Amino acid sequence: MKKIFGRTPSLTDAPTHYCGGCGHGIVHRVLCEVIDELGLRESTVGIAPVGCAVLGYDYWNFDVSEAAHGRTPAVATGMKRARPDLTVFSYQGDGDLAAIGTAEIIHAANRGERITVIFVNNTVYGMTGGQMAPTTLVGQKTLTSPHGRKFEEFGEPIRVVELLSQFRGTAYAARTSVHNPVEVIKTKKAIKKAFQAQVDGIGFSIVEILSQCPTYWGMTPVQSVEYVRDELVKYFPLGTFKDETGAKASAV
Amino acid sequence: MIHEEIIIAGFGGQGILYAGKVLATAAMREDRQVTYLPSYGAEVRGGTAFCHTVIAEEEIATPVVTDPTAAVILNTPSKEKFEGKVRKGGLIVLNTSLTGDIHKRADAAYVDVDATEIAERLGNVRATNMVMVGAFAGRARIVPLEALVSASAELLHGAKKEIIAINEQALKEGWKIGHG
Amino acid sequence: MTTQKVLMCGNEVLAEAAVRAGCRCYFGYPITPQNEISAYMSKRMPEIGGVFIQAESELAAINMVFGASAVGVRAMTSSSSPGVSLKQEGISYIAGAELPAVIVNVMRGGPGLGNIGPAQSDYFQAVKGGGHGDYHQIVLAPYSAQEVSDITFLSFDLADQYRMPVMILTDGVIGQMMEPAVIEKKEVRNLLPKDWALTGCRGRKPNVVKSLYLGDKVLERHNLKLQERYRQVAAHEVRYDAYHLDDAELIVVAYGICARLCKSAMNDLRAKGMRIGMIRPVTLWPFPSRIISQVAGTGKSFLTVEMSFGQMVEDVRLAVNGKSGVHFYGRGGGEMLTREEVLKEMERLYAQLRGGKNV
Ligand SMILES: Cc1ncc(C[n+]2csc(CCOP(=O)(O)OP(=O)(O)O)c2C)c(N)n1
Ligand code: SF4
Repeated sequence: MKKIFGRTPSLTDAPTHYCGGCGHGIVHRVLCEVIDELGLRESTVGIAPVGCAVLGYDYWNFDVSEAAHGRTPAVATGMKRARPDLTVFSYQGDGDLAAIGTAEIIHAANRGERITVIFVNNTVYGMTGGQMAPTTLVGQKTLTSPHGRKFEEFGEPIRVVELLSQFRGTAYAARTSVHNPVEVIKTKKAIKKAFQAQVDGIGFSIVEILSQCPTYWGMTPVQSVEYVRDELVKYFPLGTFKDETGAKASAV
Repeated sequence: MIHEEIIIAGFGGQGILYAGKVLATAAMREDRQVTYLPSYGAEVRGGTAFCHTVIAEEEIATPVVTDPTAAVILNTPSKEKFEGKVRKGGLIVLNTSLTGDIHKRADAAYVDVDATEIAERLGNVRATNMVMVGAFAGRARIVPLEALVSASAELLHGAKKEIIAINEQALKEGWKIGHG
Repeated sequence: MTTQKVLMCGNEVLAEAAVRAGCRCYFGYPITPQNEISAYMSKRMPEIGGVFIQAESELAAINMVFGASAVGVRAMTSSSSPGVSLKQEGISYIAGAELPAVIVNVMRGGPGLGNIGPAQSDYFQAVKGGGHGDYHQIVLAPYSAQEVSDITFLSFDLADQYRMPVMILTDGVIGQMMEPAVIEKKEVRNLLPKDWALTGCRGRKPNVVKSLYLGDKVLERHNLKLQERYRQVAAHEVRYDAYHLDDAELIVVAYGICARLCKSAMNDLRAKGMRIGMIRPVTLWPFPSRIISQVAGTGKSFLTVEMSFGQMVEDVRLAVNGKSGVHFYGRGGGEMLTREEVLKEMERLYAQLRGGKNV
C-alpha cells in the first residue's frame, strides 16, 4: 500500500505537550514539511521562544537553540551574520515578539536580516497562564484584563506584519491562520515563500499565523477555530502584505 | 497532637484545589495551623491536579507534603500515583465510583466512598469533591462538620443557593460514610 | 476587606498588603511563580482608583516604577528571577536618583530560563547589587504569609524613609502557599513629606530627579551621601529572629522557607537534648552580622542552610571571621529542601562536633 501521510523527517516522534486543539502543533508540522521540501534540514538552526513552544527542540529534528524571552531575532542575527550559509529561523509567540521583544524584531526587520520569523499569534500569554498580550482584542477577557481589554488603558492590538512590512529590509510579510485545512495549506505556502526569501538572500521574512489557544480562551477546540474564523480575522486580516520574492527572483 | 499532611488528587475540573481550600479554611476557622499548596505552572497541564494541605497544632515546617498521612483520591491515575506514597498507618480515601475498590496497601486504612454516584444523586456531579472531603474529615476528625459546611459556603460566597445547599449535603453524606 | 484572618496565597497577601500600605501604582509582566500578584492587581487597582499596567517587559515595568515614584506616588513591581535580572538597570538608576521603590522577587530556579520551582539562588543579585555602581537595596525575606504581609507594609515605609529601593525576596513556595494571615499595618513610622518629588514647581524652586553628577568630585560626594544613608540603615534596620543562642553549640542560619524547615528540625533535635540554636535573618541587607559575630567563638559552630549552592554562607563567614567553623548544606535548581534531610544533616554535624573532631 502506498503511504500517503507520513511524518516528515524534520519532526521527531515525541508526543507534544500542547493542549488539545492548540495551533502550535499544526504550525510545527507545516514548518517542518517546508524545511524538508526545501531540503534545508541539515543546514537549519531554529530558535525556540520563551513561551508554550519552548520545548520546540523536543519536536524539531534539527539544530535548535533557546534564547532569552523576546531576544530570538537578536540571537538569530548573530547566528546568520556569523554563518550566512545556515538557514536560521526564529519561532515566537505574541508576548515574546510583540511585547518584550518589540525592539529586537523591529531592528532585525529594518536591518533586513536574512532570517525567517514564524510568529504564532494566539492573542494571549499561554505559558504563563493566559494573561493579556499586545495582540489581545479590545474587549477580550484574560487573566490580567478581567473586565476585557480597554483601548483607553492598553491600546489596540498591534498588527505586526503590517508594521514590519513598512521596512525596506522586509522582503516578505504575510498573515495566515490554521483554523481549517485550506488555511493550513496557505500557511504552508507562505512559510515556504518566507524561507525561499532567506535562501535567495533577499531580506527579512515573517509569517504571522493566527493560532488557537482553547485553554486560555476558555473554549472548546471547535469554538476556538470558530473564534479565529469569525472574530480574529476581522481585526487581523489574512493575506500577503509584502512580497519581493518574485521581483528579485525574476531579476536574477 | 494533631498533625495531618494530606494530598487531594484527581483530574483537572474535579474541584481538587477547591476541596483543599475548604479543608484548609475550615481548619483556619478552628484556629489550627494550616498550609495549603496547589500544584502550579506547567504541572497543572496534562490532566492530574493535586494539592497539599497540612493541618497541625504546632507551627508547620513546610507546606510541601512528601510523606502524606492521608490521600484523598478522586480518580484512577491519582490512585496509581499516590496510593503507594501514603505513610504506614495512614489513611486512603477512594472515590470508588472511578477508582474501583481494590486496596493495594495492607498497612493503611481505607475509606471507600461511591462519591461520584452520591454527588449525582444529590443533583450535581461537581459535588464529588465535597463528598470526599466530608468522608476524609469524618474519619480523621481534625475539623468538625459544621466548620466544613461554613467554609464551603464562605468560599462559594455569591454562588447560587442551590449549589451551596448541594455542597452542604455532599459534605454531610461523606461525613456519615467516613464516620462509619 | 476586613482585618479578619484570611486564607490567601503569599502572592495575593503581598498584593493586598501593598494596596493597604498605600501602593497606588503597580507595574508587572507575566512570569511564573508570581503571576497571582499581577492578576490580583489587575482587579484590585481599578477598585481603589489605582493604576495597573501590564508593561511590555520587566525593563519597562521598573522604569514605570521610577516614573511613578519620581512624582511622589507609592509604586511597586514584581517578577521572578529572569525578569528581575532585567530590572537591574532600573534598580541602579532608582538607587542613584534616591527614589523609593518596592521590588518583589518570587525566586525560581536558575540560571537562565531555569525552571519554576522554588529557589534562593538570587541572594547574591539581591544583596550584593545586581546592577552597576556602589549602591544597596534593603532586602527583606519573609518566611510565612503573615510575615509577607507585615514586611510589605514595612517595605513601603522603609523605601520612603530612606529614599531607596527595597526588595521583598520570596520564592515559589512562599508565593504559592496559602496560609492564614491578618493583613494590617502594625508599625507606624514618622515619614517626612516628599518635598523632592516632581509635583510641578508652583511656589517653589524646580526639583530635579537624576543620577548624573558631573564635575570634580561631585559624583563622589553624592556617593558619600548614599553611603552615609546606608550606614544609617545598617545601624537601625537590621532584623532577625534568634533561638537558643545562649546554650547552642551548633547555630543554624537560614532565611525564608528554609528557616521554617530548620526551625522545626531544631525543635525536634532539642527535644532529644541536642544544643542547637538558630538565627533567621529577616533583613538580608542589612545583614545581621553583629549578632553572628557576637556569638561566634570557641565551642560554637555554624551551619548555613539555603536553597542554593551557597550564597548567604559567604556573609555568615564574613561575620564569623574565622572565629568558628562555618558549614553549608543546600540544594538548588528549583528543588525544595525537605525537613527530614535538613534534620539529618543537623544531627550528623552535631554528632561530628560532639565527637571532638575539629571541624
Ligand atoms: C524575562 C522573562 N520574563 C517573563 C518570562 C515568563 N514567560 C514565559 S513564557 C512567556 C510568554 C508566553 O506568551 P507568548 O509569547 O504569547 O507565547 P505562547 O505561550 O502564548 O505560545 C513569559 C512572559 C520569562 N521566562 N522571562
Ligand atoms: S496554553 Fe494555549 S498556546 Fe499553550 S499549549 Fe495550551 S492551547 Fe497551546
